[in-house]
Formats: sequence, structure tokens, C-alpha cells
Amino acid sequence: MAAAFFLGSLWIWVSASPLNATTGGLVPSPRVGFPAPDFTLDTLEGNQLTLSDFRGKVVMVNLWASWCPPCRAEMPTLEQIYQENKAQGLEVLAVNTTDQDSESAAANFAQEFGLTFPILLDRDGSVSKRYQLLALPTTYFIDRRGIIRAVIPGGPMSETLIESKIIDLLVETP
Amino acid sequence: MYPLLQLGPVAIQVPGLILVLATWLGLSLSEKEAVRQKRPPEPLFGLVMTGVISGILGAKLWYVGHYLDTYLADPLGIFSVNGNTFDAMAGMVIGAMAGIIYSYRKKLPLRATLDLLTPGLAMFSVGLGLSHLASGDAFGAVTKVPWAIDLWDAQRHPTQIYEIILALIVLGSIWHLRQTVLFPGFLFLSWLSLAAVSRLFLEAFRGDSMIVANGIRQAQLVALTLLLISLWLMRQWYQPLDKPGKEQYAKK
Repeated sequence: MAAAFFLGSLWIWVSASPLNATTGGLVPSPRVGFPAPDFTLDTLEGNQLTLSDFRGKVVMVNLWASWCPPCRAEMPTLEQIYQENKAQGLEVLAVNTTDQDSESAAANFAQEFGLTFPILLDRDGSVSKRYQLLALPTTYFIDRRGIIRAVIPGGPMSETLIESKIIDLLVETP
Repeated sequence: MYPLLQLGPVAIQVPGLILVLATWLGLSLSEKEAVRQKRPPEPLFGLVMTGVISGILGAKLWYVGHYLDTYLADPLGIFSVNGNTFDAMAGMVIGAMAGIIYSYRKKLPLRATLDLLTPGLAMFSVGLGLSHLASGDAFGAVTKVPWAIDLWDAQRHPTQIYEIILALIVLGSIWHLRQTVLFPGFLFLSWLSLAAVSRLFLEAFRGDSMIVANGIRQAQLVALTLLLISLWLMRQWYQPLDKPGKEQYAKK
């Protein structure tokens, strides 16, 4: 036992982490605990939005397509939650995967559901690729410091699921 | 990394699927071991199922309790099976407690039961490594070794592969050791020691360790503590047998 204690302690000391070597959050990556990879995209209105400009707010990045049934099913809930919480600092960025959809379909979709949050157009699929999109819809919950705190692949998300993911983030200070 | 299997509109979580398969395979191994030792396998099935079902329900209820106001406003949300609405840590604790209560009520002999569960635990550890490989969890530290893998936007130690290899070595060792059990509880304590040594070694290459102070990793401290406890228990539980092996297990 003494030998195990000695050797074990020695290994722990030898393998002690150099400063910051184990903090996965150093490199932006689409994973919980990491800074959200930044992007700049055009909106339906022709403006440009950059994710990092929303630092200080809680951001839901929702990747969707107009032909995707779960996306259609959850979008009214997203709009409702956005309306209820935008005053507390919630922002929704709905990134249309335009490389597998169309701008006109995205515009019709936004009009049909009366969406008031920004609709961004990922024309070349670069954001889908950067965020390693595997299922539609996929939603990233980003805290006020720009760190991804939850990833929900697939849908539709229920109201309770979304609220349980943002409730703690909204009370946090930047 | 292969976290999702998209089947039409359904996105299946591959890591979860692997863990279910590992639980089933592990339980089969433990039941096989029970039959080999001429003990009834049914209590093992009851014990594992009690732990798993209680764990899943406990994980859900704990999450709901944490966000009670939200769920009171929409009670049907409780029935969502989305994996993000379960508290895994709470589930493990509640599942373990339920298993202990089940064992106590069924008067299962502690050490012999732990020995029977050990092959299953060793198999589950292999499954856990595979689930980490599928999800990209338990990732390695950034490195320049030639066998580094590109994961989460950096070249990293393939700690999931290390984990699987170590778990397979432990499983093979346990499968071999079960033929020469020295005393009740020996097999379980052997697994605990080997698993603790594995974690002590593996953690050094992880990129997601929780640091307590001066770069010391929390998981290594826990692993070393478990190793020392298992070695101490080996000394406490050791008793020479007149007839070594299964005779002692055959009696309650």
C-alpha cells in the first residue's frame, strides 16, 4: 500500500497539468465548454450580423431549413420564448442552411411564422460545416461570455426544454 | 466521432445506444458467471434493472425538480425523452442507492454479489470508452505526438482509444482472474484496483480534467484514493480458504 501511495502520488505530481493545458475552452469549437466559433452572415434584410457582437447576451443559435418538419414544429416556440425573454438579454440567431434550402423559402418561412428575430443565410454552408452540423435542427445555447453551454441536436424542442436551458444563463452576469 | 445516427426524422444518440448495449452485454457476462458459480442469475438481473430504471427516473425527476417552476407551467414537458433533460450525476447516485436497497431487501451477500457483477462492470467500462469515442467526450490534451487525432479543432491525444485499450486489458485480466478467486470480494477489488490504476494513468493525457490546485487533477486524486481503499480492503477481507474457489460461493 505504501508503494502504491508513493508511486501514485509521484505520477500525479509528474503528470500535473501545465497551466491551461486541460482547459478545452481555449480553442473555439462547437462543443459544450468551448467558445462558440465566430461567424458573420447576411440577414434576410441584407444586413450583416456577427455572432461575437452579441457578447454579453445569451444567444441561441438555431440551424434550420424550411423543408425540415421538426424545424417548422419548434419555430413558433422559439419566437414565443424570444418575445418573453429578449428584455432579459436573450437573442435568437436563426441560421438558415441556405446551401440546402433557398432564400425565397427561408423568407416565406419567416413570414409564415411571423418571426421577429434575425434570420441569417448560410449560403455556402460554411457555418454548418464549422458547427459540425449532423442533424436539423440543431441549437447551441451560448452564455454571455460566448461559451457554449448546451447543444441540442434534433428537434422539435419543447418549451420546457428551451426554458430549462436558458433560465440559468439569463441570471448569470457577463 | 459519430455522435448521431440520423434515421429519417429521428436522430439516435449513438453514445447512448452503445451504453445500452454495454449494459446488456455486461449483464449477460455477469449472469454467465453466476451460472458458472452455480448461483441463481435472477437476483443479478433484478439488481441491475432496479439500478438502471431507478437511475433513469431519478435523473429525470432531479432535472424536473431543479426547474420545477418551468415544468409546473407545462407538466407534459416531463415526458420528453430528450437526453438533455436528465441529470446524469443524480441518476448515477440514485441508481446506486436503489441497487443497495434492493440488495439489502433481497439479502444478497455483498462480496459474492460484487464479484458476480465485476465482469459486467469491466464490460461496461469498455462500452463507456466506445461511447466517449462516438461522442468526442473525455477528449485528450493538445499534443504533437504522431498518433494525435484531430478533434475539437486541435491535434489531441486519442484518450478515448487509450481508454478502450485499458478497459479491454482490465476485462481480459478479470476474465482470467475469475478462475482463481482467493476470497469473496477478491474479483471486485481486483477490478477496482485495476480500474483505478487505469484512470490514474489515463487522466494524465486528458484535456478536460478538473484541476484542484497547482495542475493536480481531481480524478487522479479520486483514483489514487480508490486504489488505496481497494488494497486496504483486500487485506481486511482476505481469509485463507480450506477449499479455495467456488465452494465458499456455493454457500450463503
